[in-house]
Amino acid sequence: MLVESPPRESAEPAAAPAVPGRRALRTAGLAVAVAVLLLLCVASIAVGAKPVPVSEVWHGLFHYSGTANDVVIRDVRVPRTLLGLVAGVGLGLAGAVMQALTRNPLADPGLLGINAGASAAVVSAITFLGVTSLGGYVWFAFAGAAVVSAAVYVLGGSRGATPVRLALAGTAATAALYGYINAVQLLDAAALERLRFWTVGSLSTADLRTVLTILPFVAAGALLALLLARPLNAMEMGDDTARALGAHLTRTRVLAMVCVTLLCGAATAACGPIVFVGLMVPHVVRAVTGPDMRWVLPYCAVLAPVLLLGADVLGRVVTRPAELQVGIVTALIGGPVFVQLVRRKRMAQL
Amino acid sequence: MTAPTTTSADTATRSVRALRTPGGLSVRVDPRAALVTVLVGAAAVAVGVVLIGSGDYPLSFGQVVDTLLGNGTAAQEFVVRDLRLPRALVAVLVGASLALSGAIFQSLSRNPLGSPDVIGFSHGASVGALSVIVLSGGSALTVSLGAVAGGLATGALVYTLAWRRGVHGLRLVLVGIGVAAMLSAVIHFLVTKANLVDATRATLWMTGSLDGRDWAQVGPLALVLAVLVPVTLVHGRPLRMLEMGDDAAYALGVPLERTRIVLIGCGVLFIAVATGAAGPIAFVALSAPQLARRLTRAPGPNLAAAAVMGAALLLAADWIATEAFPGRQLPVGVVTGVLGGCYLLWLLVTERRAGRL
Repeated sequence: MLVESPPRESAEPAAAPAVPGRRALRTAGLAVAVAVLLLLCVASIAVGAKPVPVSEVWHGLFHYSGTANDVVIRDVRVPRTLLGLVAGVGLGLAGAVMQALTRNPLADPGLLGINAGASAAVVSAITFLGVTSLGGYVWFAFAGAAVVSAAVYVLGGSRGATPVRLALAGTAATAALYGYINAVQLLDAAALERLRFWTVGSLSTADLRTVLTILPFVAAGALLALLLARPLNAMEMGDDTARALGAHLTRTRVLAMVCVTLLCGAATAACGPIVFVGLMVPHVVRAVTGPDMRWVLPYCAVLAPVLLLGADVLGRVVTRPAELQVGIVTALIGGPVFVQLVRRKRMAQL
Repeated sequence: MTAPTTTSADTATRSVRALRTPGGLSVRVDPRAALVTVLVGAAAVAVGVVLIGSGDYPLSFGQVVDTLLGNGTAAQEFVVRDLRLPRALVAVLVGASLALSGAIFQSLSRNPLGSPDVIGFSHGASVGALSVIVLSGGSALTVSLGAVAGGLATGALVYTLAWRRGVHGLRLVLVGIGVAAMLSAVIHFLVTKANLVDATRATLWMTGSLDGRDWAQVGPLALVLAVLVPVTLVHGRPLRMLEMGDDAAYALGVPLERTRIVLIGCGVLFIAVATGAAGPIAFVALSAPQLARRLTRAPGPNLAAAAVMGAALLLAADWIATEAFPGRQLPVGVVTGVLGGCYLLWLLVTERRAGRL
């Protein structure tokens, strides 16, 4: 029922006019992306302070016999890889949904202060309420993410929001929240000792229980995102056109916010604030698939974990045997990408 | 001589007088802006005296004034002259620098949120200072120098990256935000690399504090401001023209890129020396120019009013930090952070209602 979105100008040769051929290409591309993701999973299990040969990876996964390598794989590397997968899916989908919802190419859960909101709520829960388990503070992360995303949306001018306004509102909110987080950490040295690692964004503390705790939330959010693909497609054409096409604007907006809150809140609660994954991946994806959300979302769900796991593996390799937290690696990769996006003329004039 | 000026901020007719000298020179004077500047300045002095009088060795308003005029006892002289006066002066100088820096960048970006603590310059100063703390555990002076160096390097980096046949205000802001995100990753990295003692010192520094500031800080700060403030005030008029957009400013005879680079240089120096002296104190740069603008109801950056407002704000925040929890001295950055959060909320409500932002 929805007409094919107007093809965006891109240098990508894949944007051929014949629709069936394009679909085959997109499916093939998705298959390649999944293959890359699987390879990275193996790499993520094999690479680290103690390198494990690939043959042993297979052994540890399917013929567990309790050797040192098997223990490393089963108790450390596998949960960490799974957490990277789940959190990556969450961050990537959240970024794509936010960019479509705000019609703003610079929307990112990190830049818009949502991660900082979840962090502030988690820090409060840990310090003041003595909540220590992930299952306890994941709810605070959701609450913080929800409140801050609503506040930034309003502060940024809601429907009249421009990229600059939203980015400024998000950064200002982040500044305020980090001031608060710093103050809390100062008043309690023990909290600082625990929190200074969490506030970086890292996968290194992963265990299987963490993954299982956030999995239902990310799964629900991901399902919601995929269901919203069509209405979001309609909304990208502007409110009037969307209404004419039969999209329910308010319901879509509210559901999209719920979806973003679920995805970002869960990812942030488990790994701490990670910026730029949600920003970069949808841009790369749109250059390949065009603006159709029905393709953008699945691609994001595959490529965001690729980025996150890739950054994590990179962080483990560059300063071996110590490691660089994944949040730092993504920020250092993402910053230049962001600046490049901004320097493009079309973007700066938005 | 009344001239009706209509602005985007208020449409009321205002009386702006022109003072004419016999030699044929004339200066436009806005009575309300001048009055507000004087009144806020007086309030700043009053708060400063109260601040000097408060603490573990309390002094009354009159005692402080007497001591400042040279009629106090030896103990009072020591407490006022050696301990509290330099701290209050650092607060004044830092507050004024932050406010001027905020006024410059808000004007350049034409956005009330485009202040230097949002668009990355104070992050740069923090990275410089934290590198010194974590990597060499340096003294207070080297930490300050690190902050100034970090701020200047970040300023140069952002300006270069935002350059594309001239620097557009919006692009400057967005590039600044991207650089800020990268720099905060570096800050987090440095904090995780440190041992707990250094991490605590770093976190304390990052909150912004005036504790233990003495005459050694006042001298260099006053010197830098003595140079920068006149330069900035002279560029107040071109800055006001720039707010109308590049084309209008160019048509009115403002040399765009030269004005912008001078102002950005001044703004970055202001934020760098202020951060070097007291750490990245949040939100003074964001809120002081806005409060000044609302009180004077004048268009443009309101540089003089913003500077006294910044000084008054920081003095008041330091007084609250001293008095809020008796027996426990909070860093002033905590107070400005909380006040800044309230200010953001207020901005949220009023600006939304007015339909602008």
